[in-house]
Amino acid sequence: MRPLAPGPAGPILRFENLTLGYNRHPAVHHLRGEVAAGSLLAIVGPNGAGKSTLLKAIAGELRPLQGRIELIGVQRRQIAYLTQQATLDNSFPIVVHDFVAMGLWREIGAFGGLDRSRRRRIAEAIDGVGLNGLEARPIGALSGGQLQRALFARVMLQDAPLVLLDEPYGAIDAASVRDLAAVVRHWHDEGRTVIVVLHDLSHVRQEYPETMLLARELVARGDTASVLSEANLLRARHLAEGRGDDAHAAVCHSDQDVA
Amino acid sequence: MSETLSAFPLLSPFIEFGFMRRALAGCLALSLGATPVGVFLMLRRMSLAGDAMSHAILPGAAIGYLIAGLSLPAMTLGGLVAGLAVAVLAGGVARNTVIKEDTSLATFYLLSLSAGVLIISLRGSSVDLLHVLFGSVLALDDAALFLLAGFASLSIVALALGLRLFVLEGCDPAFLARISRLGPVAHYGFMVLLVLNLVAGFHALGTLMAVGIMILPAAAARLWVCDIGPLLVIAVGVAFAGSLAGLLLSYYINLPAGPAIVLTLGAIYLLSLAIGPLGPLTSRWRSGWHFER
Repeated sequence: MRPLAPGPAGPILRFENLTLGYNRHPAVHHLRGEVAAGSLLAIVGPNGAGKSTLLKAIAGELRPLQGRIELIGVQRRQIAYLTQQATLDNSFPIVVHDFVAMGLWREIGAFGGLDRSRRRRIAEAIDGVGLNGLEARPIGALSGGQLQRALFARVMLQDAPLVLLDEPYGAIDAASVRDLAAVVRHWHDEGRTVIVVLHDLSHVRQEYPETMLLARELVARGDTASVLSEANLLRARHLAEGRGDDAHAAVCHSDQDVA
Repeated sequence: MSETLSAFPLLSPFIEFGFMRRALAGCLALSLGATPVGVFLMLRRMSLAGDAMSHAILPGAAIGYLIAGLSLPAMTLGGLVAGLAVAVLAGGVARNTVIKEDTSLATFYLLSLSAGVLIISLRGSSVDLLHVLFGSVLALDDAALFLLAGFASLSIVALALGLRLFVLEGCDPAFLARISRLGPVAHYGFMVLLVLNLVAGFHALGTLMAVGIMILPAAAARLWVCDIGPLLVIAVGVAFAGSLAGLLLSYYINLPAGPAIVLTLGAIYLLSLAIGPLGPLTSRWRSGWHFER
């Protein structure tokens, strides 16, 4: 990816009394607050906490039940969003080079050509995720880790100011996690806002300066060490299991501000 | 002259007889226009949907026939309208109700097929019905040939312009929806191309077998290559080679031409299953290149 031009360090995202859900059943309640441009933010929480739901809503694929998400200085189509379960048909006869090149769509559209500089960027993206030498391999012949690397390379070419990754290390080995985490750090260093849903708390403690803990509502938000305290994690588990003081979250009384 | 021709048994029917040349030209047009559409049908896992759509054009062609007899423009227009109507209705029901796309398409094509047979049987003879169902590749006149060539040209241009869009829509439709508003254009544009080619195909091979020249070459080619570009080229080659062989079989063994072509394409598919590098037999013998760098 090309480094972003330095912009104002203001917010890139604002949640205003945001409630999200499916079929009128809320999954995340009354979220308020902002995400600063250039953040590297982990979203953690138990299963069913609403983490993926929040990412989907930020990407514009889920309409809020209540409240709104404001994108500041970025358009929906400028968001790169890698979902938890890749939606691609990996039996489709396409090779790694052409698959990764799809990330250039916003630049070249349906008719634009791949000039020398774009070909170089494709090669750099493939190289950047460690797939060099596999450019001509069909995506159906890639392992799970290699396919995830190819998806990261495609995200890289999207050159997006806001990157959303939903459990990107779900089914890949430690070496791939290490390499792809380095790619995420690089995106952050380039000034992009990266929001990642994760389950591995030790990885979050190691890699992410800022964390949001969700359990159908905001449990805590701030620097990772303080958010991932025993007390917060216990409260999140209780809320997710419907046993906490706020177990009646379904009636939406927990209006907390995101820090 | 006839002695000279007998030395070239693969060419002589086409040199001697105009109807064979027309049939070959019609098959070439279908191979160039319909087969690439068939490749995308297969890749979008819509092969059976293509079959359903081929039946869906029947009532329109039948109404054209009722109004104007065996008139090429009337039956073509009727087929186009009926096919597009079923595509839009089936898509609309699938998107707005709990009925899934395959069921939605099945319901409309069954309605269409039965309405078409009913309309033809009200006014026509069983010969007319056979013409519509099984086509008449050996009786293509100038007008039919121009229609096939015109639809094929349109189809090639549309596919060339929309190739990247169709590839992206086939490979990762959710990604396309995220980065572009052209997803519905790709879907409905593809359905229009499908209907155009099915209507062209039904003049030559009939509604029942028009989809054969789309799907069988595509499936055969898929057993040989893993990249979309070569896949399209090989599929077109298979379609034309199969059509040529089918016409020759029909000429020399006195078989009905349409089924002979489709069966020849089927034989190429079975052969590809047996010896194609991605077929079940050959792929077992290949070393594990998955692990190669």
